[in-house]
Amino acid sequence: MDAGEPSSRWEHFPHDADMGIRGIGHSKAEAFEQAALALTAVSMDPNLIHPHLKKAFSCEAPDDELLLVDWLNALVCEMDTKKMAFGRFHVNLINHKMEATAWGEMVDQRRHEPTVEVKGATYTELSVHQLLNGSWVAQCVVDV
Amino acid sequence: MNLSLLTPISEHEWHIPPTGQMRVPGIVFASEALVREMDHKVYEQITNVATLPGIVQASYAMPDAHWGYGFPIGGVAAFDADRGGVVSAGGVGFDISCGVRALYTGLTRKDIEPVKKKLADTLFWNVPAGVGSTGRLHLDTKGMDTMLSGGAQWAIKQGYGRPEDLNRIEEHGCMQGAIADCVSDRAKKRQQDEMGTLGSGNHYLEIQEVVETYHDPLPKQLAIKKGDILISIHCGSRGLGHQIGTEFLKKMVVAAGKYDIWLPDRELACAPINSSLGQEYLGAMRAAINCALANRQIVTHLVRQAFADILPHADLPLMYDVSHNTCKVEEHRIGNQSRRLFVHRKGATRAFGPGHSDIPPDLQTIGQPVLIGGTMGTFSYLLVGTEESMELAYGSACHGAGRSMSRHQATRQWKGGRVIDDLAKEGILIRSPSKRGVAEEAPGAYKDVTAVVDAAEEAQLARKVAKMRPLICIKG
Repeated sequence: MDAGEPSSRWEHFPHDADMGIRGIGHSKAEAFEQAALALTAVSMDPNLIHPHLKKAFSCEAPDDELLLVDWLNALVCEMDTKKMAFGRFHVNLINHKMEATAWGEMVDQRRHEPTVEVKGATYTELSVHQLLNGSWVAQCVVDV
Repeated sequence: MNLSLLTPISEHEWHIPPTGQMRVPGIVFASEALVREMDHKVYEQITNVATLPGIVQASYAMPDAHWGYGFPIGGVAAFDADRGGVVSAGGVGFDISCGVRALYTGLTRKDIEPVKKKLADTLFWNVPAGVGSTGRLHLDTKGMDTMLSGGAQWAIKQGYGRPEDLNRIEEHGCMQGAIADCVSDRAKKRQQDEMGTLGSGNHYLEIQEVVETYHDPLPKQLAIKKGDILISIHCGSRGLGHQIGTEFLKKMVVAAGKYDIWLPDRELACAPINSSLGQEYLGAMRAAINCALANRQIVTHLVRQAFADILPHADLPLMYDVSHNTCKVEEHRIGNQSRRLFVHRKGATRAFGPGHSDIPPDLQTIGQPVLIGGTMGTFSYLLVGTEESMELAYGSACHGAGRSMSRHQATRQWKGGRVIDDLAKEGILIRSPSKRGVAEEAPGAYKDVTAVVDAAEEAQLARKVAKMRPLICIKG
């Protein structure tokens, strides 16, 4: 599964037991936003999520890769405890600090038909890097 | 996996000699065909585990080994605290103490068939399954801490089950050394409404028919015969275990430098057993084991309620409960010495042989039951541990079939509705909140569980007792 504009998009990549998620964007922050969409898409179609509710997130980590995992795990925890689904994201990055906003709604079993819950973002295939064309990639495997 | 990288010891045992930073060899138990099917990443992960401080004897892979994160799924490794050994959050995984339990029913297929649809619907109604599912039990702070210390013993005190169930649960239903204070508030919050739920992914509740038995008199000794109906429950520690795994992975990655631990892969995050972080993780991880044991105990109670409504004459005693994502302290003979080791099993089942003191007295002569989950369309297996397994891989065996293709590939190949219809034609009723989830878990997305189990038997890790085929599957 993949989606978005050619230069700003998300995709899934194969892993034996779990699932790889990858966000690609014009900037590192956009790659983090797209990675969050890829995370949502593990469980449901992000386009089906209405942006009724807003939630702010703050994360800080020693490096970009740990920051990506922290960001994704903050979303996983929020989705699990509040039974939320997020379909739109805005990320601000300053060094290894992040302020982000996610928009979404409570999970509607019938409309969203969630398939599998993400247990956590892992450090497997974890990478935040810039491509030769200037695009940024943020990716890892998530445990499902 | 490239066979030229391995040295064959027998038809079902392959060694990877230590090179580079490896402290011990890698050992793979599998047939040649299964080894060939394994991704090269499994090789990398086996050899990476072999580099960790304090590892004893070898880094092992079971016949169902596949690419995990840090450790391979199907990986076993033991560490000696007195020789700088580590405990690894990545070596246990996110779904701490995920496991399988089996219940007897005293029923046969002719009892089930007339009420099969009603039974499937009632089980699906009674046992919460799927993404974000919540149970009817809400735990407050005090209740949560008591549950984390008490495990299945706590659940039974709350009325979920029978005291005799405890005789057939590892650790007698309560993992000692659990420290609720080592579990974060966030982890507890994730769990407060999730007790008694299956979860999603490969978790399931199945009604199964015994279609074949092996090695008389083992089936009789385990009170199993062809045609019997069993119940199988596969689930774990839900959000609490996931959060503990998440938090300690990061803590251990960040602290690796402080402990002078070189990590070939961040996912191998670990800390010395004799460090404050190592002890903190062990306290939290053991609490998560209790959470999983309590969860499966509550699900058992919900299953018994469903049966009481539809087949009230059925009695559902517990056959056995095994966990397959754990780190446990065990005594093992290494050479002429008995040593206390921290045995990590990630997607591997404890399979203690006959006579082991941790096996219930009435199973002492036959060994520990080993429950291997298959797919919703194929088979599951019941095996028992062997004396040989104690020498081969710390009394360990495989845990399931292992995926042969990714979830992504599976959804391209199958539609959930079609899978459900096709299985119904074979007499298998599927109930699931998600059709895409069913497609991801389609039987064809998994390896041949029979080949895995046969390899485990040929390698002498465990002995087959019975093969079961699903009749009803509640899929998370």
